[in-house]
Amino acid sequence: MSLTAKDKSVVKAFWGKISGKADVVGAEALGRMLTAYPQTKTYFSHWADLSPGSAPVKKHGGVIMGAIGNAVGVIDDLVGGLSALSDLHAFELRVDPGNFKILSHNILVTLAIHFPADFTPEVHIAVDKFLAALSAALADKYR
Amino acid sequence: MVDWTDAEKSTISAVWGKVDINEVGPLALASVLVVYPWTQRYFGSFGDVSTAAAIMGNPKVAAHGKVVCGALDKAVKNMGNILATYKSLSETHANKLFVDPDNFRVLADVLTIVIAAKFGAAFTPEIQATWQKFMKVVVAAMGSRYF
Repeated sequence: MSLTAKDKSVVKAFWGKISGKADVVGAEALGRMLTAYPQTKTYFSHWADLSPGSAPVKKHGGVIMGAIGNAVGVIDDLVGGLSALSDLHAFELRVDPGNFKILSHNILVTLAIHFPADFTPEVHIAVDKFLAALSAALADKYR
Repeated sequence: MVDWTDAEKSTISAVWGKVDINEVGPLALASVLVVYPWTQRYFGSFGDVSTAAAIMGNPKVAAHGKVVCGALDKAVKNMGNILATYKSLSETHANKLFVDPDNFRVLADVLTIVIAAKFGAAFTPEIQATWQKFMKVVVAAMGSRYF
């Protein structure tokens, strides 16, 4: 399900709108994932506090969303652009790639909450496709 | 199937109590058809679903959205017994409608997103967690008669 020119322009335009709140969105999406899908906590067992709004969740949510913002910038070559991150997730973090879909869902929930007017069905499908393509690129080096 | 705590039961009822089926049902089903276009295969008789605008404005889609959402009401009213409540609906979807059961999970996720958009920050992570647990049970019950 490759990204069409329209998908890319919709994603870029929407990311322009949300970039000011990206840190907040990332923090909240991560917090929602850890709360609604408790099995994902296994990857963060080294944090003292896994509750939504905690310092490590806020910080790391910002890191993740920043990386996703960078991916928008390399949307024409996600596999190439995310190669180093794929190595990291594959060989060091060893995150089961099934979890990328779970985080993507929570990002969509958070975007819908913070940008209800902008998060139209057309934006929903474009962002869903983008996150799926990003997830595939992130999983590229796994085996 | 599931032993709900009192807190979970009241959270689920509270969320559902604030959902306007006539608004959320049509929006959720239309969104599924837009975001996952292959689901249109089940709605061949619904008329024009060629564009997002056509889908969002299609009266048959809207009417069916209300039917689907209305069926969720049964689960809310029979929380201790969702498996039995959905037995015949599951059989119908399996043996007559031939709906791929993965679509139940897709609809549940989209419905959650639509509800989140409506509720805003009031749809806290904890409320989302409980609501999604309820959705998971509903989805499992709908798939229960497929084999």
